[in-house]
Amino acid sequence: MWYLCVFYHRLLDFRKPEFESLAHLFGAFGENRSSHDSVLQWRLPKDHHPNSPFHFVHFPSEELARKLANRSILVKGIYELWGEGYDYEELEEAVKSYPDERKLPYLGSESTFKITVDSFGKVLSLQQQNERIEGLSFIPFKGRVNLKNPDHNFWLMETDAHETNNGLPPVVQRRIFFGREVGGADRKFIPMYQLKTRNYLGPTSMDAEMAFLMANQAQAAPGKLVYDPFVGTGSILVSAAHFGAMTMGADIDIRVVLDGRGPDCNVWSNFKQYGLPMPVGLLRADNNLPPWRPGLKEVFDAIICDPPYGVRAGGRKSGGRKLLKGIIGPYTVPDDKRADHIPSTAAYTLVECVHDLLDLAARMLVMNGRLVFFYPVLREDGSAENHFPEHPCFKLVATSEQMLSSRYSRVLLTMVKTSFYTEELALAAKIKHLEFKENHLKWLEDGTLHSSVFSPSDAESASEHQIAIIARTKLAKPFEVRYSAISARTVFELFLGAPVTIRVVLSSAKFANATIVSGSVAEEVSIHQEDMAKMPSRYACIRKS
Amino acid sequence: MRLLTHNMLSSNIKGVTNGFPLRIQVEKVVEKQVEINHDFLRNIFPKIDWKAFSDASRIMGYNELPEEPPEPSVLESDVEFLGKFHHALLELHLEEGALLCPETGRKFPVSKGIPNMLLLEDEV
Repeated sequence: MWYLCVFYHRLLDFRKPEFESLAHLFGAFGENRSSHDSVLQWRLPKDHHPNSPFHFVHFPSEELARKLANRSILVKGIYELWGEGYDYEELEEAVKSYPDERKLPYLGSESTFKITVDSFGKVLSLQQQNERIEGLSFIPFKGRVNLKNPDHNFWLMETDAHETNNGLPPVVQRRIFFGREVGGADRKFIPMYQLKTRNYLGPTSMDAEMAFLMANQAQAAPGKLVYDPFVGTGSILVSAAHFGAMTMGADIDIRVVLDGRGPDCNVWSNFKQYGLPMPVGLLRADNNLPPWRPGLKEVFDAIICDPPYGVRAGGRKSGGRKLLKGIIGPYTVPDDKRADHIPSTAAYTLVECVHDLLDLAARMLVMNGRLVFFYPVLREDGSAENHFPEHPCFKLVATSEQMLSSRYSRVLLTMVKTSFYTEELALAAKIKHLEFKENHLKWLEDGTLHSSVFSPSDAESASEHQIAIIARTKLAKPFEVRYSAISARTVFELFLGAPVTIRVVLSSAKFANATIVSGSVAEEVSIHQEDMAKMPSRYACIRKS
Repeated sequence: MRLLTHNMLSSNIKGVTNGFPLRIQVEKVVEKQVEINHDFLRNIFPKIDWKAFSDASRIMGYNELPEEPPEPSVLESDVEFLGKFHHALLELHLEEGALLCPETGRKFPVSKGIPNMLLLEDEV
């Protein structure tokens, strides 16, 4: 049967993938678990643009539709449509001709009901809303009205073209819908998980709403084991645990996973804060040299993570960076120092990181298990024509882009494991691993997104190239800052006490000339890297990233 | 660190041929209650190396597990066994101690329940 699905008008790229993932989870495609080629049928209302929040979806049962909507984050409501039209005459026609056997069970005198009037693209005053409700008196409602907790909730929705949609064509045109609510997202729990009240946070902790979306893409559910190889503060695992999954995480940084910021401010306390079951296991491990026993495979139902992109936060791997760079020869840690030795680590490029992640997932996921992770992409000329990572064991089933700046975005990739991890694949991965090790320096230069985001674009003169990055203020509110760089070898993360635009011209690795531009007035400030701390506080406090 | 985690880990030091299972050196064991989920237990059972698991549970002070792995049909019906399996797998927690490589004796410390499996520069 066709239902009207109304999405929350946000995170547009994430709406349908979430819906499809949950449809699979709740068995909308029958018991056939390897039905990843099945997708739902969707239709747009007349004159609506694909970005519209209103979509018709074909769904096998009302019970499933309710379950799906209640679990989702982005489905505002699913409705059994009783009628639609361009105006109220058409709507009345349509509702009158909708079969009685579908309507009468919900109009009886023993049940309570409520009518909600909603609009998109226009505002309706309370009086107008009441007029609309009066206009529905042709429907033989026999039950009592209950505004607080009705048995049945009917919705009258009016859409109209925005006067302005930031210069873009409108996503909806005039249309009126009337339907019976079947279910909707229960977003009440989201504020409870907001990062601003989270016990233990890090600079790259995943936003709560996004973490729930990732858990839905991964189909986290009771009885499943979910793994995060870059667990950090546990922000992603928290959402998986909320949906009842068992969780496990690892991180190479012992300070983040073990110490936290104190006995009551660590990964464990994040779970305690929400009354969630603790992770089954937390380890300090290097994803590049994982500690799994040989022969161990197909253990995790899902791997959900946010790998280090190397733009704002770089990844690390074992190996001694000076050794890998060839600065020093191979060495052995003396026996008396071995117990407390903290192994040195080297930069872990995005390319190698993703290679290891795919290899880990191919081996450790059960068949039909899901790998869900964010992948950063450059947005050349406003589009995201990028080549996503691939692996013979995986089928890419969803990509959802989230813009971070005009220069780059991150895409949530959902991959399903469709074939077994073979000896050949294991061997190929081993060879690739050694190749990365041999060519460490080369990968450092070329393999980072970081250098692409900050590299000078083509320009006539080498002097000034405008590059935009996201900067974080002390108030943790991100906004765009433009800066120019002659050589982008040194990356600066800008912490600002007040929103200003800064032009930073890097003349050499040691000195940075910061030009603070607010409006048309420019002041030039010269900053030696070692003097960063002495900078006047009303200017930017610039730290090397 | 729970025995589920212990069952997955091995010493992957360069040159070691068989780094599994890691010998457990107990300093502090804690019992933490975890809600039982039969589906989870049935799913994870085939992945467990039973001998290593039951040996480890004895070192942790729990003697209820059989030395030989049970038939999978036992998991379908025997609720009492599931309870014991659950207890050993998820409720016994090595809070402080170490895991020792069976070949080299190298210690991987376990602190606040978190094992440190990072290899040193010359073990890589």
